[in-house]
Amino acid sequence: MDASSLAAVWLTIKLAALVTALLLLVGTPIAWWLARTRSILKGPLGALVTLPLVLPPTVLGFYLLLFMGPHGPAGRLMDSLGLARLPFSFAGLVVASVFYSLPFVVQPIQNAFEAIGKRPLETAASLRASPWDSFFTVALPLARPGILTAAILGFAHTVGEFGVVLMIGGNIPGKTQVLSVKIFDYVETMEYAQAHWLAGGMVCFSFLVLLCLYGGRKKSPWI
Amino acid sequence: MEARFRLDYPDFTLDVDLRLPETGITAIFGPSGSGKSTLLRCVAGLERAPGGFLALAGETWQDESRKFFLPTHKRPLGIVFQEASLFPHLSVRKNLEYGMKRAGNRGEGFDAMLALLGIRALLERSPAGLSGGERQRVAIARALLTRPRLLLMDEPLAALDLKRKLEILPYLEKLHDELPIPVLYVSHAPDEVARLADHLVLIDNGRAAASGPLMETLARLDLPHAPGDDPGVVLETTIAGHEADGLTRVEFPGGALYVSRRDKPPGSHVRCRIHASDVSLALAAHGDSSILNILPATVVAVAPIPPSGHVLVQLKLRGDNAPLLLARITERSRAALDIAPGREIVAQIKAVALLG
Repeated sequence: MDASSLAAVWLTIKLAALVTALLLLVGTPIAWWLARTRSILKGPLGALVTLPLVLPPTVLGFYLLLFMGPHGPAGRLMDSLGLARLPFSFAGLVVASVFYSLPFVVQPIQNAFEAIGKRPLETAASLRASPWDSFFTVALPLARPGILTAAILGFAHTVGEFGVVLMIGGNIPGKTQVLSVKIFDYVETMEYAQAHWLAGGMVCFSFLVLLCLYGGRKKSPWI
Repeated sequence: MEARFRLDYPDFTLDVDLRLPETGITAIFGPSGSGKSTLLRCVAGLERAPGGFLALAGETWQDESRKFFLPTHKRPLGIVFQEASLFPHLSVRKNLEYGMKRAGNRGEGFDAMLALLGIRALLERSPAGLSGGERQRVAIARALLTRPRLLLMDEPLAALDLKRKLEILPYLEKLHDELPIPVLYVSHAPDEVARLADHLVLIDNGRAAASGPLMETLARLDLPHAPGDDPGVVLETTIAGHEADGLTRVEFPGGALYVSRRDKPPGSHVRCRIHASDVSLALAAHGDSSILNILPATVVAVAPIPPSGHVLVQLKLRGDNAPLLLARITERSRAALDIAPGREIVAQIKAVALLG
C-alpha cells in the first residue's frame, strides 16, 4: 500500500470517528424526541430524518452543495463570519456525512428508547428523579445496546459513502480524498493491485462490523 | 386527603371527588377498566387532569384553579406498580439507593426496612435473578426508603401467582400495622381488599360509587357490585384461645365465633369474612342444630336482589359497637318468617373465612 492510500485510509477513519461522535450528540436528542412525542410533527420530522436512506447520494450532495455554496444560506453565513466555505473542505465532508448517516443513528436509538417504554421513567419520577436526571440515569443506560448499534452503523456507513463525498468534497488528496474515492481513482487509472488492497480491506472491515452486530446477540439488530 | 379529578377520554370519563383518611390503607376497588389506575395516576401526577385538585395533610399538590401542578418527581410519594419496575441495569442495593439518594435519605431506616421486607440477602443480586414476589418486596422497600408521605400501590399482587401472593401478603399486613402514612391500594381482588383495607372506595365506570370505612361499606345494601359477586362483611377479631377439640375461639365487640384451628397466639388480631350466603336466619335458637355460630341480632334493613328471588338482610349483632352482618335468604323465607326492620332474630353462620 503506498503513502497516498494510507493517507486516504487515515482521512477516512478521522472523518468517520468525528462524524460518529457528532451523530451521537445530534441523533440522541432527536431519537428521544421522536420516541416520546405525541406531536403531529413526529411524522414529518421522522420522514425528514430518514430521507437520506432512500435518496440517491447525488441528490443529497447536490442540495448540500447548493446550501453550502456561495449563494446558499450556509455559505453566506460562513462568509459573514469570515470563515472558509464548506465545499471541497474536510469540514464540509463532516457536515455532509452527518446528514447522510443520520437515519442510521437515529433509528436504532429511537427503537431502543421506544422499547424502554414509559414505566421505568415514571418509576424514576416517583423516586424523585427530575426528567434530565432520569434521562441520564435510566433512559441512556437502558438504551445502551441501541446506542452501540447506532455508533457502529454510523461509523460503517460514513466509511462507505461515495456519492455525497464526490459531490461535496471532490477528490483532494490528504484533504477530502477518502478511501472510496481513492479506490475509484485507482480503478480509473487501471492500478488494480493498489485498488485490491483498499477494496479487499473494506470487504474485511465491513464483514467484521456486521459480525459484531449480528454475532454479539441472538436477535438481529435494526437494519 | 382531598382529591378531585375529571378526565375525559373518547370512550371513558373519570370523575371523582373524594375525601380520604390520612392513615391506613384505602382500597380503590372496581372492575378492570373502571378507572382505578387512572385515578391513581392522577394522584401521582403522571396524568394531569385539567380541573384537578389534590391536597394531602394541609399541603396542596395540585390546584388547577390556580394553575398549580406539582410534577411527579416533586411529590413526596412512592409508587409500587403491578409489574416489577426495578431498574434492570442496577443491583438491588443500587435500586434502593436510587430513591434514597434523591430523597435525601442517608440510610435512615435502611436496615429496618430490609428486615421488615425480608430482602437483606438479595442486596447484591440483579433484579433479573429475583422471583416476582422478591421483586415486589424490593420495589416496596425502594418506594418507602424515599420516606414518602403517601404510598400508591397499583395492583401490586395482580401479576403474581397464588403462591407468591400468599408469600407477600404477610409483608403487606406488617406494613399495614407499622406504616405511619396513608396507602392507596388499587385492586380488583376482593380477598386482598378484605384482608388489608381500612377504607374502601368503590369505582364504577369512572365514578366513585361509594367511599367509607371498610366494614360499614361492605355491609351496605345499596351496592350490589361490592367486592365479590357474593356480598359479605369483614369482622376485625381477636384470637381468644384454642380449644381441645381443634377449634379456635375469636372474639369481637358483641360476640364470639368458633373457627377451625389457626396457629396464631391468643391476642393476635385476625380478620374474618362472612359471606351473606353463609348466613341463615331463624326466629329462635333451638340448640338442635349442627351450626356452631349462632348469634342474636336485630334486622336493620332488607333489600331485594332483583332477578334471583332472594333478599339481602342487614343485621346488627347485639352489644355496643357490634358489627353488621349480611344474610342472603329467599323472598319466600323472608315472608314466612315475617322478617322486617326491627325484628329480633338469630343469625346462623355456616362458614367463617379467616383472612391471613
